Amino acid sequence: MLDTRENADPMTKITYIDASGASRTVEAQDGSTVMETALRNSVPGIEAECGGACACATCHVYVADEWSATVGKASQMEEDMLDFAADVRPTSRLSCQIKVTPALDGLVVSTPDKQG
Amino acid sequence: MSDVIKTDAVIIGAGPVGMFAVFELGLLDIKAHLIDILPKIGGQCAELYPEKPIYDIPGYPIVTGQGLVDALEKQIHPFDPTFHLNEMVESLEVLGTPEHPLFRIATDAGTTFEAKVVLIAAGGGSFQPKRPPTPGVEAYEGKSVFYSVRKMEHFRGRRVLIAGGGDSALDWVLNLHPVASRVTLVHRRDEFRAAPHSVNAMRTLVAENKMDLAIAQLTGLKGNDGQLSAVSVRGADQVNFDIECDDLLAFYGLTMKLGPVANWGLNLHENLVPVDTARFETSTPGIFAVGDIITYPGKLKLILSGFHEAALAAQRAHHYVYPDKKLLFQYTTSSTNLQRKLGVS
Repeated sequence: MLDTRENADPMTKITYIDASGASRTVEAQDGSTVMETALRNSVPGIEAECGGACACATCHVYVADEWSATVGKASQMEEDMLDFAADVRPTSRLSCQIKVTPALDGLVVSTPDKQG
Repeated sequence: MSDVIKTDAVIIGAGPVGMFAVFELGLLDIKAHLIDILPKIGGQCAELYPEKPIYDIPGYPIVTGQGLVDALEKQIHPFDPTFHLNEMVESLEVLGTPEHPLFRIATDAGTTFEAKVVLIAAGGGSFQPKRPPTPGVEAYEGKSVFYSVRKMEHFRGRRVLIAGGGDSALDWVLNLHPVASRVTLVHRRDEFRAAPHSVNAMRTLVAENKMDLAIAQLTGLKGNDGQLSAVSVRGADQVNFDIECDDLLAFYGLTMKLGPVANWGLNLHENLVPVDTARFETSTPGIFAVGDIITYPGKLKLILSGFHEAALAAQRAHHYVYPDKKLLFQYTTSSTNLQRKLGVS
């Protein structure tokens, strides 16, 4: 008999490291975004002023180098918004544009010194 | 200063909730003027997500931000509201008494109103230019750091550094390069959001050595007493360097700030305006507040909640605008009186 319990409600773990170096690991629901997961878990360092419309650049994160390829690059629209973020680096992304999937289990992102 | 505009109601903020307030006030014969800092109506719907679908407007399974604004504009048309765009309300003064309120409202464009009631529908506050991420920038603002161009003459003969990659940045590069002694455009990547013809014109100027382009991000400012001498930047290769300049024009988009609302003598709670949920009135009688800027137990920052709040605020506003008239509750479906106001009877 197939045991489905192992796959029931799969959770993906994401670690957020803030500018002071403090790290928080939380469980993220697949299909939600890295920004939503941060807000839902009261992770500091992400403002998300526009609520996830890719319209404000206040959910800026740095994806850890080893995760950069898996997470992928910013879209054209996201790159345009990143123009409004401070201290943009090669692995900068807007966390509202990163969808949580099982492939991201263990993902590590850092939040910048300040948003916007 | 222009003449004082006398009106029943002034609505601060022309987002969806401020717009719908025109409708609810209009049904009660209350005339309204709307003021907004943006050059267009619609607030966040128009500025932040005009193309994004909204799924929780009753009666619309799906509507875009701009679609909702367009529909609201049509819906409030019978009440002929006057929009004052590109203006920020700077002061709100109480002239009347709690029983007979009267307010003087003045904008940064010099427009002055006298209104019996005020509705604050300012959402997340006013959209204001985002500061560049450089420490101590405040000390230079208005002297050698600017977020818009008021007078081109200010820049004559000066070394101007323009930061950004959108239309504002590129337009001012092209407009100021004949005026300034030297223009330098700084942008974090060698791609620009601005209209292609502006980008091409800029690239031609760079090729002809008539201006400079630096692919870099601002990291700091150097100068004295508000006068810049140089801007520190970090290039794409992570190397830091300084660019000498007299002025910085920074175009980093808009952000929402509570702004002058904080100075109007209203009780505030965590940058929100507390209201009672029967009248949506603030701590000052005659000043109402609706939409995302307010707080009360159970408050949801939804457009649909703002519509409800505007309807209730209008009922109470009637009491101040028409103190001697009894308010009769009527439905638009059946009242010929309301239908006449809507121009449909």
